[in-house]
Amino acid sequence: MNIAEIRAQFPILHQEINGHPLVYLDSAATSQKPRAVIEAVKKYYEWDNANVHRGVHTLGARATEAYEQARIKVAQFINAKSENEIVFTRGTTTAINLVASSYARANLKPGDEIVITPMEHHSNLIPWQMAAQATGAVLKYIPLQPDGTISLADVEATITPATKMISITYISNVLGVINPIKEIAAIAHRNGAKICVDGAQSTPHIPVDVQALNVDFYALSGHKMCAPTGIGALYGKKALLESMEPIEFGGEMIDFVELQSSTFKEAPWKFEGGTPIISGAVGLAAAIDFLNEIGMENIAKHDRQLSNYAMDRLSEVDDVIIYGPRNDRGGLITFNLSDVHPHDLSTVLDAEGVAIRAGHHCCQPLMRWLKASATARASFYLYNTEADVDAFIRALHTAKEYFGHAVG
Amino acid sequence: MQLDDLYRRVIMDHYKKPHNQGQMEDGSVSVDLNNPTCGDRISLQLRVVENVVTNAKFSGEGCSISMSSASMMTDAIKGKSLQEALALADGFSRLMRGEAVEFEYEDIEALSGVNKFPARIKCATLAWNALKKSVLQLNPEAASSYGSGSNDN
Repeated sequence: MNIAEIRAQFPILHQEINGHPLVYLDSAATSQKPRAVIEAVKKYYEWDNANVHRGVHTLGARATEAYEQARIKVAQFINAKSENEIVFTRGTTTAINLVASSYARANLKPGDEIVITPMEHHSNLIPWQMAAQATGAVLKYIPLQPDGTISLADVEATITPATKMISITYISNVLGVINPIKEIAAIAHRNGAKICVDGAQSTPHIPVDVQALNVDFYALSGHKMCAPTGIGALYGKKALLESMEPIEFGGEMIDFVELQSSTFKEAPWKFEGGTPIISGAVGLAAAIDFLNEIGMENIAKHDRQLSNYAMDRLSEVDDVIIYGPRNDRGGLITFNLSDVHPHDLSTVLDAEGVAIRAGHHCCQPLMRWLKASATARASFYLYNTEADVDAFIRALHTAKEYFGHAVG
Repeated sequence: MQLDDLYRRVIMDHYKKPHNQGQMEDGSVSVDLNNPTCGDRISLQLRVVENVVTNAKFSGEGCSISMSSASMMTDAIKGKSLQEALALADGFSRLMRGEAVEFEYEDIEALSGVNKFPARIKCATLAWNALKKSVLQLNPEAASSYGSGSNDN
């Protein structure tokens, strides 16, 4: 993996921020886009743009072809059995909401259980709160170990025959924890429950095989994996998607429309009411080609090495609190610097050209568990280098010095 | 971008040793406000006697900007009528928009640098929004002339 060559393909990285070269360490929020993706979207609008699934004309056929080819790309990327198991959505949030609003509400009754964890992003937490409130189901949490991981014994203890749905993140956007999805799926299925996985942080960073994991639903976001914002996907096993009712109605998704009632297309199209994000799907397909060319195994290895390097360097800095496990983690580190609020830290780092995330990371329950009102997070992707980590550590020392003097 | 424009000495002094921190037993109104995008939160208490703020206390969690702003705001409104307190909040909004505004309690002017850091304006306005909300609760008529307790994010 030649990082210099990869970096050269990301135009946005080659700029100065406040007089310093940009060091972008916020890819867990959104990734930057390679030229191939930007060009694919541009080419689509300059050459192929038309609405899909309706026009007889050439452009309509080209747009439809591009859109449906993207569906095949996504299916292959996560090893779905068929492209008909891929529903295009706005992102992970919309994908999980589709499962919670359609599948869960139709299949849950009072006394049934939904199981999640305290490390979930709000997008994999609130939809289940709402589904529980709507159906009378009980929302249960698998407890966290002191290092933020979950134990399979606790999974076994929490999931019961009354559990109908477990929804869990593959990689935590705060703790970097990689959950044992395959094992959890087996426990879920043994109890007759379905499993839904939040793949927002995993899909961009590690090889994903939904068949090997044997998950029922898997949600992903394009924008965290080099694709444009506004496009994502829900994988669902064919029989499950077929059994589900659409939650949005309108054009594109219908079969026959009568005055008083209508019938709908088959899955996945029945879930894609209205003109879809065609250019986004085209961009996502280009992003998948780009990632495949580098290789997901290589990307995973790079992220792991960089994360380990950053962990070592960060551990050398005095007064740093690191959250989550030390080993076997995704490419991000959440931390705090004693006596410097993460907003203040982030502002000082930005003055040095270093972009990190500060706040609660859409994980308020997890923040309470960590006993932190807010935290700082540095996250890494295929275009980051050890030099980026070094710049980050240097900026951290600058912040310490600045606040040491300013406060002291 | 000059960090020293943002983190002036007087701001750091208020952050290190906030004024009016804590709770009071005889408060007239209590308002909790948080900034959902970043996790900052403030709990503001006012004691109001015959339309005059006789005491103000706050507690909360947040960055140097939000906590120093709360410290200054609670200092500034003591002894002011609800209308005067709202006028101060209005002045603070204008300060955040980059206008030159003078305050009788001069420390507040140190926060003018926040204007150059758009992402931090919501930190500075949190306490003032809590003030506006408090006044609205006590006296909706006083607040109506200033367009209620809307956010200035």
